Amino acid sequence: MIRFSKKHQKRAILIIALLLALSSAVGLTLYALNQNINLFFTPSDLVHQKAPMGQTIRMGGLVVEGSVKRGAHDLSVSFILTDTKNQVTVDYTGILPDLFRENQGIVVLGTWQNNRFLAQEVLAKHDENYMPAEVIEAIKRSDHYENKP
Amino acid sequence: MIKQQLAQFISLPYMARLCARITPYLFFVMLSVIAIGLAWGLYFAPSDYQQGDAFRIIYVHVPSAFLSLMVYSCMAISAALFLIWRIKIADEIARASAPVGALFTFLALVTGSIWGKPMWGTWWIWDARLTSELILLFLFFGYMALRDALPQKIGALASSYLAVIGMINIPIIHFSVIWWNTLHQGPTLSRLSLPTMDSRMLYPLLLMILGFMLYYLLILCLQLQTAMRRS
Repeated sequence: MIRFSKKHQKRAILIIALLLALSSAVGLTLYALNQNINLFFTPSDLVHQKAPMGQTIRMGGLVVEGSVKRGAHDLSVSFILTDTKNQVTVDYTGILPDLFRENQGIVVLGTWQNNRFLAQEVLAKHDENYMPAEVIEAIKRSDHYENKP
Repeated sequence: MIKQQLAQFISLPYMARLCARITPYLFFVMLSVIAIGLAWGLYFAPSDYQQGDAFRIIYVHVPSAFLSLMVYSCMAISAALFLIWRIKIADEIARASAPVGALFTFLALVTGSIWGKPMWGTWWIWDARLTSELILLFLFFGYMALRDALPQKIGALASSYLAVIGMINIPIIHFSVIWWNTLHQGPTLSRLSLPTMDSRMLYPLLLMILGFMLYYLLILCLQLQTAMRRS
C-alpha cells in the first residue's frame, strides 16, 4: 500500500518545488522589506540621520539610569534612551506602562526634531527572563554585602 | 510483512477502533494534567519580580502559541502525506487539526493582547511576531473555508496544497523575534539554550504544554471516530 513509485515521486517533487519556489519568493520579499519590518529605529540610527526627520517614527532603546525627570504638576516626563552607543532625550506627556523603569527596554512613537524626541506613545518591551521576586532580592542582598567595604 | 502491518495501522477503521479504546483514558489524563498545571501555575508558582502576578497569563499564552505552531506543522505534514500517497487518514488528521489550531492561535492572540495592554501599554502592535501569528490564524480559516467551498475531492486537494504552502509561515513566526526587532520578547523556551525562567515557574508551564498537547490528541481521536462513522 505504501509505495514510492514514479507517480509518488512526481507528486513529492512537485510539492518540494512549489515550496522552494514560494519560500524563495517570500524570503526575497522579506529581505527587501527588511527596514520596514523592523519595528523601531535605534538611537544610533537617529544620531547618524538614518531615520526620517520630522516624520512619525518609532525608536527603541534602554532607559538610562537616573535620567527620568517628572514634571512637578502634570504627567510630563523626560528620559534618555540609549543603545549603549548613542543617546536620545525623549519628552512625553501621559501615563507610562507598568514595566517602565530604568534600564528597561522601551519603544517610543513620535517625531525626532532639534535633537529631542517628542513621543506620543510609550511602550515597554519586556525581556524573556522570568524570576521569582525573592530570588532577585536574594541576589541584590548578596551584591549588597559584597559591595560593602 | 512490515509493510502490511503499517498499511493496516494507518487504515481508518483500525485507527478509529484504537482511538475509541484510548479516548476515556486520554480524557482523564488530560483533565488532571491541565488541572494540576493550572493550580500549580496560577497559585503555587512564585510571582515574577517585575510583573507580579500578571505574568501568570503565560500559563495559557505560551502553551497556546506553542500548540498553534505544532498543530499547523502536523496539519501541513499530514496534508503533504495525503498529497503524495493519498492516505485517507492523513487527510482526516489535517481536516480535524484546522479548528483546533485556529482555536489555539486565537487564544494566543487574545491572551497576548490582555497581557500587552498593562505591560507594554498597547493591545496590539504590527510587529513581526504578532503579524505573522495573525497570518497563521487566517491560514487556518482559509484552509477550512477553501475545503468547504469546493466539492469534496477537489476541496481536499486544494486545501492540502494551501496547508503545505502555509508551512513557510511557521519558521517566520518562530524566528521573527530574532530576525527583526520587535516589541514581543525573545523566546523563553528554546531547544538550543537553557530556559531563561526559574524552574519553579517552568515546570507548571511544561505541564500546561503537555496538557494542551493531550487536548489536541483527544480532539484528533474523537474526530477520527466521527470520520469513520461518516464514511
